[in-house]
Amino acid sequence: MAKHHVAVSINGEPVEYLCSTRQTLLDVLRDELNLTGSKEGCASGDCGACSVMVDGRLVCSCLVMGAECDGKSIDTIEGMADGEKLHPLQQKFLEEAALQCGICTPGVLVAAKALLERNNNPTETQVRYWLAGNLCRCTGYDKIVRAVMLTAADMRGGA
Amino acid sequence: MSTGKTDYKWVGTRTIRPDGHDKVTGRAKFGSDFSLSGMIHGRVLRSPHAHALIKSIDTSAAEALAGVKAVITSKDFKDQPSELIPAGEAMVNYKDMTRNVMAREKVLYDGHAVAAVAATTVEIAEAALELIKVNYQVLPHVIDVDEAMADNAPILHDDLVPVGMDAKGPTNIAKRVEFTLGDAAKGFEQADVIIERSYSTAAVHQGYIEPHAVVASVAEDGQAQIWCCTQGQFMVRTFVGQLLGMATSSIRVTPSEIGGGFGGKTVVYLEPLATLLSSKVGKPVKMIMSREEVFRASGPTSASTMTYKIGATKAGKITAVDATLKLLAGAFPGSPVQPAAMCAVAPYDVENVHIVGYDVVANRPKVAAYRAPGAPISAFGAESIIDELAKELGLDPLKMRQLNAAKTGTKAAYGPTFRNIGYQETLDAAVAHDHYKAPLGPNQGRGVASGFWFNIGGESSATVNINEDGTAVVISGNPDIGGSRASLAMMAAEELGIDYHDVRPIIGDTASIGYNFLTGGSRVTFATGLAVVEAARDAVRQLCERAAKIWEVDAEGVIWDDGHAKPASTNVGEFDPLSLAQLAAQAAKTGGPISGHNAQNVQGAGPGFATHICDVEVDPETGHVTVLRYTSIQDVGRAIHPSYVEGQIQGGAAQGIGWALNEEYIYNAQGKLDNPGFLDYRIPVASDLPMIEAVMIEVPNDRHPYGVRGVGEVPLVPPMAAVANAIESATGVRMENLPMSPPRVLAAIDAAQLRQAAE
Ligand code: FES
Ligand code: FES
Repeated sequence: MAKHHVAVSINGEPVEYLCSTRQTLLDVLRDELNLTGSKEGCASGDCGACSVMVDGRLVCSCLVMGAECDGKSIDTIEGMADGEKLHPLQQKFLEEAALQCGICTPGVLVAAKALLERNNNPTETQVRYWLAGNLCRCTGYDKIVRAVMLTAADMRGGA
Repeated sequence: MSTGKTDYKWVGTRTIRPDGHDKVTGRAKFGSDFSLSGMIHGRVLRSPHAHALIKSIDTSAAEALAGVKAVITSKDFKDQPSELIPAGEAMVNYKDMTRNVMAREKVLYDGHAVAAVAATTVEIAEAALELIKVNYQVLPHVIDVDEAMADNAPILHDDLVPVGMDAKGPTNIAKRVEFTLGDAAKGFEQADVIIERSYSTAAVHQGYIEPHAVVASVAEDGQAQIWCCTQGQFMVRTFVGQLLGMATSSIRVTPSEIGGGFGGKTVVYLEPLATLLSSKVGKPVKMIMSREEVFRASGPTSASTMTYKIGATKAGKITAVDATLKLLAGAFPGSPVQPAAMCAVAPYDVENVHIVGYDVVANRPKVAAYRAPGAPISAFGAESIIDELAKELGLDPLKMRQLNAAKTGTKAAYGPTFRNIGYQETLDAAVAHDHYKAPLGPNQGRGVASGFWFNIGGESSATVNINEDGTAVVISGNPDIGGSRASLAMMAAEELGIDYHDVRPIIGDTASIGYNFLTGGSRVTFATGLAVVEAARDAVRQLCERAAKIWEVDAEGVIWDDGHAKPASTNVGEFDPLSLAQLAAQAAKTGGPISGHNAQNVQGAGPGFATHICDVEVDPETGHVTVLRYTSIQDVGRAIHPSYVEGQIQGGAAQGIGWALNEEYIYNAQGKLDNPGFLDYRIPVASDLPMIEAVMIEVPNDRHPYGVRGVGEVPLVPPMAAVANAIESATGVRMENLPMSPPRVLAAIDAAQLRQAAE
């Protein structure tokens, strides 16, 4: 079957790709565009390792078809830092050791950023429920939740 | 061996890990992130049956499909002799290993690999799998450990000869182990109270978020390169070499970043298949497991049933323990029953102990290590029954443990006499912790439990290269799962007396560093850390020699202090100190590159002990258990990087809470795994858990220059009993079977109420 021609914006840059009908956005990012920062932990929407933003909405890219993204604006972990400068969440994750193996980290960061854009003063419970779709097997979530809350506090303080 | 100083500059600080930036930006390359030009893709055909004879396999239609480059089955692997070969912590039998990576005469579990295909695309490879015709003769199967041990059980291996016992005929019992200390019968005579209970634990998966992945490329001259996510690149090299009959020198394995392992990546699954496919096709072959394949065919840990009998005096002194542990190994022998038996009551000074263990095969995937393999299972029983005993005696459960705690000099039932250990200290800290005194509300309860793990040393090699500009590179050979590169660099910086940020730690492939046993047994920061320290000291010795040469004095007249060569005393002469950078800059003139090395089989691992406190609230309407507060207290020896030590402790507790409350392999009547996905196999999510307080006790290991003990495994030992004991405290109901899921807890509460009403 003919491939679909899709034009999108990824991390602010115009990108065109060809994909088959069965390729997910995650497949496209990883296999066609070599953006391997988004991870595949399950391919069924259960782990959140593939989290990206599509038109400002947090999604599991393994549940979005590549062919349905035409005209959309996609943000991935690769676009989170501003050039040399890490996003405050990225910096705080390093300082607080909020990652061990790091496989969940891109998805967690993308999801946490989406939370803080919506709510700059989340409670611990809000952070925990927001991140409930992002599995981490290494950390027990303690340092992740703390890092998100500390970042929120910093960003409020600086604003 | 100690450095004698404790005013460290880097050790004990919370540095930013050297691999951190790559991991928060998506740059880091994990197993499936690697690609090569011309690469094709492999997929595995897996058994839909729990137990069946393979009558024939017809691959012709698959081979004829356009785009298919190779199909392999067990015919493509030479058979292996049946012999037990020591491989670090465990023994391996290559006859079993070759059958596990590719079923031979029979399929032995749902998900067992039967054939593999390499094709130009994943889609074509998957289509080809459907064209492979396997003629199975389905056999009766057995899933449960006690059923597998029963007389008329379906037999997995007709030729299985059990170790450590006689068998009358074919059996599924692969091994019997027995540990005896003193005389248990006598000990029970001295007891005022005796309790006997049965327990069971479910098989759980390590649950690493990164599925197994590999790229293998075999060139025309037979030289193979393998990139994969593994806990041991040298282990992959050994096993692939053996299974495929290749010389070690012809295989180079490069470990990728690894997205979690917990013991589950200490064996090979895809690596030999991808390597064989690549050698047939002459192109690089990439293989990745789906999540479903990870659940059906990799890991998990053993399911078990256990009986415990314990006796104590009125004063609370445990006089005897007698236990029988039955652990499932999966389709091939090799459950961690031996360490389970050894660890069962290791935290306690008990004079009379008798423990028997059985290693049992059944139609499930072959188990792999999972954090402190075996110990969490036996501890669930031991720490539950000790809790019940304390209650019976009217003793506080921590007091009960303090009364019986192993100390330096205690002879453990499994053999050795403990050197300096810190179990008592964890109990004292638990008693003193405000968590232990905090008030509880209605339907809430508090439980405590302890745990032990040996920790191991093993073979490690390290190189410390001094760069021309006074910076350094540390090369070691253990995949870094949780921040070990940071710890190694910190110890090297301490030794060299240079800035941590000037030390770049890298993990070598199998051709760029000497042999290293895999990342496991909580060994890396301890054992490889020791090799790094010794390699750094070797470099320092060379630096001192260079200074001596420059000053024209004897090398013994030079000491190394705070990153500088200095004269040992004024007798040596008056010289300005020479910094590492100054010496490095002159290295070419003073004798060439400066490079320190060390390789050794490290002994002297310090055992680890932990005590956990858990508060729960049980919903009497639904049986749902919420963990409200959790504190893990552990003797860590010395925390090189406290944040990553805390992380190990917190992560282990979270895994234990999952094992306690939710996680289990569920098989249907046909022996097929019913929940091979994260939706139905539910690991704890952020909203399931509270903060987990990690309390680090530091009783330094006197056989490591920085006092390091292993820390990664003990955290998973106490949680299941801590949660069970908390549920008992909240409800009066004792849960003896894992997981303690809402329906089970509710049923137990209802049954208790019925009993009460009847009385
Ligand atoms: S890979 Fe998309 S949710 Fe797991
Ligand atoms: S850090 Fe390993 S899964 Fe989160």
